[in-house]
Amino acid sequence: MDIANALVAILNFVVIPAAAYGSQLALGALGVTLIYGILRFSNFAHGDTMAIGTAIVILLTWGLQALGVSLGPLPIALLALPIGIAITAGLVLLTDRLVYRHYRRVRADPIVLVMASTGVMFLMNGLTRLLIGVDEIRFDDGARFLISVQQFKAWTGLTEGLALRLSQFITLVVAGLSCWALFRFLNRTRSGKAMRAYSDNEDLALLSGIDPERVVRLTWIIATALAVMAGTLYGLDKSFKAFNYFQILLPIFAAAIVGGLGSPTGAVAGGFVIAFSEVAVTYPWKKIAGYLVPGWQPEGLLQLLSTEYKFAVSFVILIVVLLFRPTGLFRGKSF
Amino acid sequence: MSTTRQSDAASPWRAPALLAVLVVLFVLEGSLSNALFSGSWNSALGILNMGLLSAIMALGVNITWGYGGLFNAGVVGFLALGGLAPVLVSTRPVPGAWAAGGTGVLLALLVGLATLGLAAVVARWLSGALRFWAALAVIVAGFVIYRELFDPAVAAIEANNPAQAGNIGGLGLPVLLSWPVGGLLAAAAAWGVGKVALGLRSDYLAIATLGIGEIIVAVMRNEGWLARGVLNMSGIPRPVPYELNLQADPGFQARAAGWGMDVATASGIWVKLCYAGLFVAVLLALVLLSELALRSPWGRMMRAIRDNETAAEAMGKHVTRRHLQVFIIGAAVIGLAGAMMVTLDGLLNPGGYAPLRYTFLVWVMVIVGGSGNNWGAVLGAILIWYLWIKAEVWGPAFMSVVTAAMEPGPLKAHLLESAPHMRFVAMGLVLLLVLRFAPRGLVPEK
Repeated sequence: MDIANALVAILNFVVIPAAAYGSQLALGALGVTLIYGILRFSNFAHGDTMAIGTAIVILLTWGLQALGVSLGPLPIALLALPIGIAITAGLVLLTDRLVYRHYRRVRADPIVLVMASTGVMFLMNGLTRLLIGVDEIRFDDGARFLISVQQFKAWTGLTEGLALRLSQFITLVVAGLSCWALFRFLNRTRSGKAMRAYSDNEDLALLSGIDPERVVRLTWIIATALAVMAGTLYGLDKSFKAFNYFQILLPIFAAAIVGGLGSPTGAVAGGFVIAFSEVAVTYPWKKIAGYLVPGWQPEGLLQLLSTEYKFAVSFVILIVVLLFRPTGLFRGKSF
Repeated sequence: MSTTRQSDAASPWRAPALLAVLVVLFVLEGSLSNALFSGSWNSALGILNMGLLSAIMALGVNITWGYGGLFNAGVVGFLALGGLAPVLVSTRPVPGAWAAGGTGVLLALLVGLATLGLAAVVARWLSGALRFWAALAVIVAGFVIYRELFDPAVAAIEANNPAQAGNIGGLGLPVLLSWPVGGLLAAAAAWGVGKVALGLRSDYLAIATLGIGEIIVAVMRNEGWLARGVLNMSGIPRPVPYELNLQADPGFQARAAGWGMDVATASGIWVKLCYAGLFVAVLLALVLLSELALRSPWGRMMRAIRDNETAAEAMGKHVTRRHLQVFIIGAAVIGLAGAMMVTLDGLLNPGGYAPLRYTFLVWVMVIVGGSGNNWGAVLGAILIWYLWIKAEVWGPAFMSVVTAAMEPGPLKAHLLESAPHMRFVAMGLVLLLVLRFAPRGLVPEK
């Protein structure tokens, strides 16, 4: 019975939160890695793209709520998400037209593009603040739990409870569906193949008659869609605060590099590696140790690092990967 | 950068003209009192002092970017680390803190460093899959020993007089000594990051520094034993007189009367002038040193590496080692500025280190001023800092003019309320416009 309790506790406090967080990171890292593969620079504005996209989704959610629209148990944000993605993608395409295209044409160093992306980051950060302010906002409506602790305890009779929040469930479903759609797109469709060809070898792709501007536009649209999805799911799961979206940039970059920059499979794997390590390292294992080793009462919390240092986990993983395997787990591009 | 640098020479009058503009702006701030300017010399000198510190930060960034072409996205971390030095060097010792856990913490930190060193040695001498696992085993064992030593020592220090102290305390040395120590702390951190991230893609350094920046600030916020964490560390000694002592001094009262000012204003202005004098001295010394370095064979080599790494490597230059060197020097200058900033404030407030303000705004300063040109970085920093501070006043003033004709309602309230955020948009636009249309900045590199 104690072992069952321990397993339930691990599932409740480690596996479920880490899986939801990992899906959000994976969606963000997929965007970073696609932009890296096609446009060949690390987009520092990605976090703030997530923030502004989520801010637009929140505004639309409020609009729909005012109109009296309801999705029953599901949050209305899901209905607002496609419109939010369309608006944000328009905005991002505008930044590409006005900012990045010039540097592509003059074949500027990648680091100049990184610099330009920090300018875009500043701009988007300011726009987000203008749109919605800097306060913490909760915008999840509908039902809260798919399985609540009381229900679970009543069903199983265990002392340890298990809760699956609806937002976590939605995150897993949406992330799974969009990954499936993305990989299908990249592997099966003409446009997807054109994108992969362009990423592999730009000159060869141009020779085969692939329109580079079309590939670039598609990349921005897909990366933005993934970013807004990641941002909205993160906001539904936790809460929306503009600064958190700047901070999540580090785990997202770490996920993309761990998987191998430019490799979509790597980005997904990297997202889960980072999320599971972060949650496992900052979780106090005392209770679970108590179940597994009867009669042992450890002195401390058995927590490797306090939660304030969760970003240190992604940083350390990043450093280890840079030291031992700079191309990442799935052999991305390191140079 | 080679593709964005135009070859035509810029007018030699650009720097003096920009300086003149700055002088006019500060005189306006000090003397005119209206909706745009405060008319207070105290406020003008306050902006100038932070402007001078920003100029030192911009010099540090300019050394890494302008000389080396390296992107440091963790300026805020090196700045915060430098700010630790005045607390550790110059505040008074806390009675009982060292006895409580000083040796324990030192021992733990030594064990931590030894673990990392041992892991590096193991990783270097072994090969294959064993390399990773052996290094991991060393790290895990070292971490357990480290935590065993560290946790009780920290608990003991933090339990020592927790209301007023609870930190390890300083050495009670003069505060000016802490400025170079701040530079050394930042340089040590830069060595660690640079050693790992340099020699790979240029973006990797940017991402690694972004990480170390956040981690340093997180450590300073949470490690109460170090400098009281979020409780802030106030009462850091000053290298200049205190306003209250000046106001009580009969000699100073007579002088203030001679200037035709009341004593309170005069003492504030005098203290700020003293700081400004110190900061200008440090700034000029740094500019002189970096100009000399830039003109030496070393400077020519650095520029050669920046403009064409492959060619420089073919000429036998060790590019990665030079990059590491220039990255460390730049970080040290930023750390120095961090120590000076904490001295100016008399307060270490780890909660106040925001990356947008201290990393990316400094980048705007360098790009706008002219990357690769020290005077450009300095003047650009003071100009951008001035605009950043004044935009907080000008944004709402501008918005109230724009919205004057609107009827009162939620939209007008929202616009007025969010006007202070306009400056982020403005800074982003300034950065993008300069990068696109004048990539060499206001005062281009010669």
